[in-house]
Amino acid sequence: MTTSAVTTALTVPRAAFLRRRRRSYRLLTVPALIVVAGVIVFPWLFTLYMSAFDWKIGEAARFVGLANYTGLATNQRFIEAIVHTFYFTLLAVVFPLLLGTAAALIFHREFRGRGFLRAIFTLPMMATPVAVALVWTMMFHPQQGVLNYLLSLVGLPPSLWVYSPTWVIPSLVIVEVWHWTPLVMLIVLGGRGVLTKKPYESARLDGASEWQLLRYITLPLIMPFIVVAAVIRTIDAVKAFDTIYVISSGGPGTASETINLYLYLQAFAFYNIGNASAVVVVFFAIIVALALLLLHVRQRARWSA
Amino acid sequence: MHDQTPPEMADASRRRLLQAGAGAAALSLLPGVAIRSADAQGAFDWKRFKGQKIEVFLVKSPRGDLLTKYHKEFEDMTGIEVGSEMIPEQQQRQKAVIEFNSGNPSFDVIALSYHVQKRQFAKNNWLTDLRPYISDASMASPDLDFADFAKGGLNYAVEPDGRVMSLPMNLDPWVVYYNKELFAAKGIAYPKTFAEMIDAAAKLNDPGKGVSGFVGRGLKNANVPVWTSFLLGYGGGFIDAKGKLTTDTPEAIEAAKMYQTLLGKYGPQGVAGYNWNESQTLFLQGKAAMWLDGIGFAQPLEDPTKSRIVGKVGYGVMPTGPKQQVSALFGDGEGIASNSKKKGPAWYYLQWASNKSNQTRMLQAAAGAPVRNSAYAAAQQSSDFKAPKEWVDCMLKSAAIAQPGLPVISPVTEFRDVFGVALTNMLNGADPAAELRKATADFQPVLDKSEKA
Repeated sequence: MTTSAVTTALTVPRAAFLRRRRRSYRLLTVPALIVVAGVIVFPWLFTLYMSAFDWKIGEAARFVGLANYTGLATNQRFIEAIVHTFYFTLLAVVFPLLLGTAAALIFHREFRGRGFLRAIFTLPMMATPVAVALVWTMMFHPQQGVLNYLLSLVGLPPSLWVYSPTWVIPSLVIVEVWHWTPLVMLIVLGGRGVLTKKPYESARLDGASEWQLLRYITLPLIMPFIVVAAVIRTIDAVKAFDTIYVISSGGPGTASETINLYLYLQAFAFYNIGNASAVVVVFFAIIVALALLLLHVRQRARWSA
Repeated sequence: MHDQTPPEMADASRRRLLQAGAGAAALSLLPGVAIRSADAQGAFDWKRFKGQKIEVFLVKSPRGDLLTKYHKEFEDMTGIEVGSEMIPEQQQRQKAVIEFNSGNPSFDVIALSYHVQKRQFAKNNWLTDLRPYISDASMASPDLDFADFAKGGLNYAVEPDGRVMSLPMNLDPWVVYYNKELFAAKGIAYPKTFAEMIDAAAKLNDPGKGVSGFVGRGLKNANVPVWTSFLLGYGGGFIDAKGKLTTDTPEAIEAAKMYQTLLGKYGPQGVAGYNWNESQTLFLQGKAAMWLDGIGFAQPLEDPTKSRIVGKVGYGVMPTGPKQQVSALFGDGEGIASNSKKKGPAWYYLQWASNKSNQTRMLQAAAGAPVRNSAYAAAQQSSDFKAPKEWVDCMLKSAAIAQPGLPVISPVTEFRDVFGVALTNMLNGADPAAELRKATADFQPVLDKSEKA
């Protein structure tokens, strides 16, 4: 046999084999595709479709095109809900990050009872959100709540907490901070734990102060972990529902009504499915924009080793 | 509602009739119904549907608990097996809508809150007309005596066209709980009019001692019945014969000002976030002089383990407004799904659930205020009856002057939300007239759409 004949004899079946194999691989993705189409793509397309209708459960649906969206654009309550969502998210991300990072740095040091205290510190995270919210509701009560009692002990005037339109969101954030700071602490503590001692030793030889060690070595090195924690917190805070629903139901009035609460009202209290679908689409667009922004930040925070 | 058809017109005026307390017109249909057909196939027999199984869908509440507790009694009496589901009110309402919309609900019997679900269920024909069963002597138990049912309850159960879609079970007229000790300390008598009520609240309000002159719901949505309680006394209503909201009339604005004064000026700090439970807590701590809410709270107020004011609670009928004396009424009952395949046994369940002994039990357990008048006499004779006599008197007097506390419309939750936000805003200083005008303008299109659909 000549060389070329050998090559042909080998390559032809091999090419066919590869083709066949590629085909059979494609077949294997079908179940996953069906699941994705069924539970993600279809609901999405259907939501988009419904958002073009004026449909209340129990009534006939009427095609209205983009009217639901133009209605939202001029709906003061919805616009306020977006503002409340951003305000709540900002506070509920920044404070757990600051406190969680500080706690992680403290818990990284060796001291007596560290394991025990660490365990205590992470307890809030394990509690059920609705139960936590109910307990806080009682503590916030302006007359019977323990928080105003504590304020009175140190001579401060009582606060209205979640019963005041001005203070309701900051008060709800207190609950979020209490609940989720431990999560940030765990993530950052993990990050701090993997850092080697070498840069610290050489910096000390160069006469760096503790503050300089923190500012120029620790923080830059744990930044990627803080960003991961920030991404998780942001996602959680934007979609926060149970805490707000249980404690204030979006009130007083609409002072703490976030997009999620507005959505819940439209869909499950008023049964305005068309309008609620439009809210979902807008909410989704906001979340995608936020996610892209966070991914961008994450890219930049990577160690440039 | 511009292209209103005659039946809708009749419907709207009927609703106005109800609001005006003249619902007797439609009720006159009931005696006709009560004359049972003579040529029925045999006598009534509880065992007729022996061996069948029905599903009932109840609301988690003291009343739901009580019925469930005695299901065995029904099963023994009829041989009908009962499967029951009981979930909290809010979820029950949502699930009901979804199940009915599927066209094949999983239940035969459903509990409904008239003030929220009546219009919605009626408009969609989700329930079975009970008249054929009521008029059939072989189907209607001799115990079923409509003369024994309070008028307010029957008003709720009967549709404008005379169809009977449910049996009423529980009435919830709004009353004023008052702290007799605080009233006596200032030498003030229980107010007879709205003006006296505001005056009493002003005199009894003592922020220095942490005592509020008045307490009630400020939380949006929940707060609407407080305002409508005043609105009805001012002679106001919800909707006129043409389907236009009358919630920004001078009467409505006066009622809103009264709401703003009583809660905002003489209420506790943070009242804008108060629902009935916060109000109850404050009142049973002895920190509020008056509390306006539904009649069903006697049990916690008279419970020494919870209340600091046992024996000091006065149960007052709603004071008279400038136009009339009205107690805002809410209520619930049970109906049969129109798609049920077990309507016979389901109807038996309804009759059992609303019978005299169940109604008496409800009162004895202070789980609600029965629709059947005979239950009050029966309960008072029993030795383990705990509710004070004053409470029973207050209930009977309030039921006699009761009118629906919310408009009988389909989007009632949205009504409560829109006007609830307006009321909460007033507590935070907003102008009542401006808020009501805005809320009325916001809600009118929602109402128009719901009545057209």
